[in-house]
Amino acid sequence: MLTLVIFLPVVVAAVLLAVPRAGDRTVRWAWIATSAVEVALVTAMWVTYSPAPDGYAFEQHHRWIPSVGAGYHVGADGLSLPLLALTAVLFLACAVYSVRRTRRMRAFAALFLFLETVCLGVFTALDLLLFFVFFDLSIVGMYFVIAGWGHRGAARAALMFFLYTFLGSLVLLLGFLGLYLLSSPHSFDIVELARQDPAAGRGAVAGLVLLALVLGLAIKTPTVPVHTWLPPAHVEAPAAGSAILAGILLKMGTYGFVRIVLPVLPGTWRAYAPVIVVVGVVSVLYGALVAMAQRDFKRMIAYTSVNHMGYIVLAFGAAALVAASEEQARQLAITGAVTQMVSHGLITGALFLLAGVLHDRGGTYDLGSYGGLARQLPAFAGLTALAVFASLGLPGFSGFVAEFQIFTGSLSGAPVATAVALLGVLLTAVLLLRAYQRIFLGPSRTVVTGDLTVSETLAIGPLMALSVAIGLFPRFLLDVIEPAARGVL
Amino acid sequence: MIASSWLLVAFPALGALILLVGGRRTDAWGHLLGCATVIASFGYAVAMFVSSSLAEATDVALYSWIPVDALQVEFGLRIDPLSMTFVLLITGVGALIHVYSIGYMADDAGRRRFFGYLNLFVASMLVLVLGNSFVTLYLGWEGVGLASYLLIGWYTGRPSAATAAKKAFLMNRVGDVGLALAIFLMFSEIGSTSYAAVFAGIGDLSPAVITAIALLLLLGACGKSGQFPLQAWLPDAMEGPTPVSALIHAATMVTAGVYLVARAAPIYNLTETGRLLVTIVGAFTLLLGAIIGCAYDDIKKVLAYSTVSQIGYMMLAVGLGPFGYALGIMHLLTHGFFKAGLFLGAGSVMHGMNDEVDMRKFGGLYKRMPITFATFGLGYLALIGFPFLSGFYSKDAIIEAAFGSEGWQGWVFGGAAMLGAGITGFYMTRLVLMTFFGKERWRELKSADGREFHPHESPPVMTVPMIVLAVGSVGAGFFFALGDRLVEFLAPSVGALSEAEHTALPHALIPWLTVGLSLFGALVAWLIFGRRDVPVERPQNVSPVTRAARNDLYGNALNEALVATPGLWTTRFAVYLDNKGVDGAVNGLAAALGGSSGRLRRLQTGFVRSYALSMLGGSFLIVAALLMVRFS
Repeated sequence: MLTLVIFLPVVVAAVLLAVPRAGDRTVRWAWIATSAVEVALVTAMWVTYSPAPDGYAFEQHHRWIPSVGAGYHVGADGLSLPLLALTAVLFLACAVYSVRRTRRMRAFAALFLFLETVCLGVFTALDLLLFFVFFDLSIVGMYFVIAGWGHRGAARAALMFFLYTFLGSLVLLLGFLGLYLLSSPHSFDIVELARQDPAAGRGAVAGLVLLALVLGLAIKTPTVPVHTWLPPAHVEAPAAGSAILAGILLKMGTYGFVRIVLPVLPGTWRAYAPVIVVVGVVSVLYGALVAMAQRDFKRMIAYTSVNHMGYIVLAFGAAALVAASEEQARQLAITGAVTQMVSHGLITGALFLLAGVLHDRGGTYDLGSYGGLARQLPAFAGLTALAVFASLGLPGFSGFVAEFQIFTGSLSGAPVATAVALLGVLLTAVLLLRAYQRIFLGPSRTVVTGDLTVSETLAIGPLMALSVAIGLFPRFLLDVIEPAARGVL
Repeated sequence: MIASSWLLVAFPALGALILLVGGRRTDAWGHLLGCATVIASFGYAVAMFVSSSLAEATDVALYSWIPVDALQVEFGLRIDPLSMTFVLLITGVGALIHVYSIGYMADDAGRRRFFGYLNLFVASMLVLVLGNSFVTLYLGWEGVGLASYLLIGWYTGRPSAATAAKKAFLMNRVGDVGLALAIFLMFSEIGSTSYAAVFAGIGDLSPAVITAIALLLLLGACGKSGQFPLQAWLPDAMEGPTPVSALIHAATMVTAGVYLVARAAPIYNLTETGRLLVTIVGAFTLLLGAIIGCAYDDIKKVLAYSTVSQIGYMMLAVGLGPFGYALGIMHLLTHGFFKAGLFLGAGSVMHGMNDEVDMRKFGGLYKRMPITFATFGLGYLALIGFPFLSGFYSKDAIIEAAFGSEGWQGWVFGGAAMLGAGITGFYMTRLVLMTFFGKERWRELKSADGREFHPHESPPVMTVPMIVLAVGSVGAGFFFALGDRLVEFLAPSVGALSEAEHTALPHALIPWLTVGLSLFGALVAWLIFGRRDVPVERPQNVSPVTRAARNDLYGNALNEALVATPGLWTTRFAVYLDNKGVDGAVNGLAAALGGSSGRLRRLQTGFVRSYALSMLGGSFLIVAALLMVRFS
């Protein structure tokens, strides 16, 4: 079942490329249909999900190379299932969004289907090598999306994106090899490694392995100071590419923390937790402050991603700082962090698609070129307002549920850091409302026509609806995440 | 009946959903639906009030909102005298203002959306007062902030409206950070955020933590209620349509801070420092608002600063703890009536005067708008505390309680409150004289859009709500105060009212001294603005005090210096760092690795593309190899 879910998109992509006569129309519907089937399959997984106690559901394990302990091992638990669902939903939204506007439709669709398989693979891999292969392929896929369908400066931005994240994945590979060497018997299997606790009593070596893993994942997340690839990549990427990059690919970094680093190196993680907390808080504030100075709407959203992902890093750090007695706070912080991954994926995905609409109508992301759009494009303004308020953490949206858990969970472990990070909530409100005012309120500067089309509404509306659903009735999500969060640290 | 109390929230929430999602299809009947939902809630609230015993707080659990292990946030409602008092005020005054808006917004193409926002506001406000945990309160708290943002910025074409809306939301957010921290602190110290659990467990905490929670809550209250130092957004909020000013920025939302302190009475009862600070904030703000109110010529801004000042009275009262919780709520209710009435009256004046707000262009309007004048006049008399009208009972009770504080506090707080009453008499009389009496200055003037003024009385759909509110302004105080009716009704929620043994001034003297001061203020106003003609142009050669008052006593300058400028510099520093430091270092590193930055640039895409392709191929090879090993 799980293997089918993962590889269906890439199979369809291969078929699309293989059939030479497939017209744009066929490609379009094949793409949307496949994405919709994926959503249905993941929903079915969600409904039937019943994990073994302390384990995984839908597990498939084939031992390929027993001598090095590597294999095809996939499975889903409460940490991965929400991200699988997010992946399926966001790819469907991107498919619906892109149907009417894309050059070289066939290649674009095939690339996205390929990316979908890769993303699903990362979130289900239970073997370090498998994880690494998918992790790496995501860079390849996104490189071609940016370079092939991006704006004018795409080539350079794609290059920077590629070099940067590729370097990160090499460091990550080093870390994986380190884990392999530390374990005995040697293994790449994540479940096996988590059982072994291979770093116990290894001191400095364990610290080096942690450094490699953290650096590799931090680049992808991204946290300050290794975030500089993100803004140019977003600015030049096409809207759907940005939505996937911010919505899914960034989550691979934080998912790597919660899937691999925290369970496999719990002791070492605890030892270095204060550093992580600092990195998290700095990302929160720094991301918000730099975002505030941007005149480019998309660049600004990109920096708010640094801010929002910072909360997740903070939660991971603070969770390790609470004393062993405070099980509750730790679990709260980690559940909140996973919720934030889903929430940020939905909200920022929507914001980037909306930025795409803005560029489509006005030809630029420059905030200064707009004004008074609320009167000309009321539906667009309304949906953007929803996304903006969701992003700044208004209760009733998913972001609040996530951040509320992160802050309550982190307060006892890192009170000062949490209080300082709370300022980030204030700063994001400042910058988002300012951007909203510049684009939508005040006197009109340009004549812009064409309110949201049906496909745009159908792509973006459901993302916001899901955010509201999670904001008001998060139970269905939390009940899945919480048991899995229990065993993380 | 109580078990279904979620209907109170559901009606307006559903109304908002239909009106905002339904779009233009609902234009024809949207305003009627908007009124109907609020009237339905009011009807349900009255029925609950009549049929149910409210002597004890009833918690109605609805569903589990954020259930994570130890953090079990229930979405539940608390039905008790305090929450029901607010529900009746919100839905009652809310329904009147909805009806009034049918007339006021008749010419606005977006009227249906306006009602959608108003319904959203009412639903959020009801969640705020009905929620049975601090998190539910926070949901409503931010919800009313959102509605307030949308409605202040209603006239989207005006840059000033957009700026005011943003300012209101952000200054509120400063307070919200305090409120949020208080909630996090409650969870980490007590393990729960529900009223029942927090109030049961608060006594076991250390005094320092209790005081910290109380002060953080106060910060939240200051933001929402326009209290010093977060008062500057409220006058700017007058950019919104006048019904919004009446409902949100006078009668209900801005009093949420007072509600918060009264609701958290079990916390404030344990911390004298916390209470004292609330009192100081209240006393300071009531004077500040009253003084600035004397300097404005914009009729809505005078009323806005009057609101700031009157909420100062309420904060002062609830800061007195058991001596004042119920009195603060009583003033909140009477103020809800007369201030909403005053704003609707001001809206009626604007409606008849081409939306002009400058009182220097008014004058002699009592002949043209008799009903507006009569209702406004009653509201005015109630506000300045004219004997036996609403404000007389509620304000006087607060002043007496303030004089009852021990030692220097009695003199300072009582004195401030009494002085405030005198200034209130002055600025309100000035407002009434400039608007309704004197020469008809508008005859020789034209409005900003070049039309002549033809002042006229508003249609009944607007005047009837004004008349109802005027009746409230006259009778509410007497009704509430008679036999301590309200005080005893509220006792299950905020505790029985204590009365001071002795007051700094003799007990019997205080009411009459207050009335005397207030009338003296009115007399001074008449001497300046009643006997002489009011110049149309604003006098520029004025005393330093007037100049300071015209500049909001430099509240904005203070915010600028303390928050905005440091924020700007931090931002610039971060950007500099991002461009020069982080990016520079990374580029430098890349250049060092690649030999020179020129060479890095020459690593053209072709190269990377082939590299990426080879990586892809390599990955496939690995997978293929693995497959072969597996199946061989």
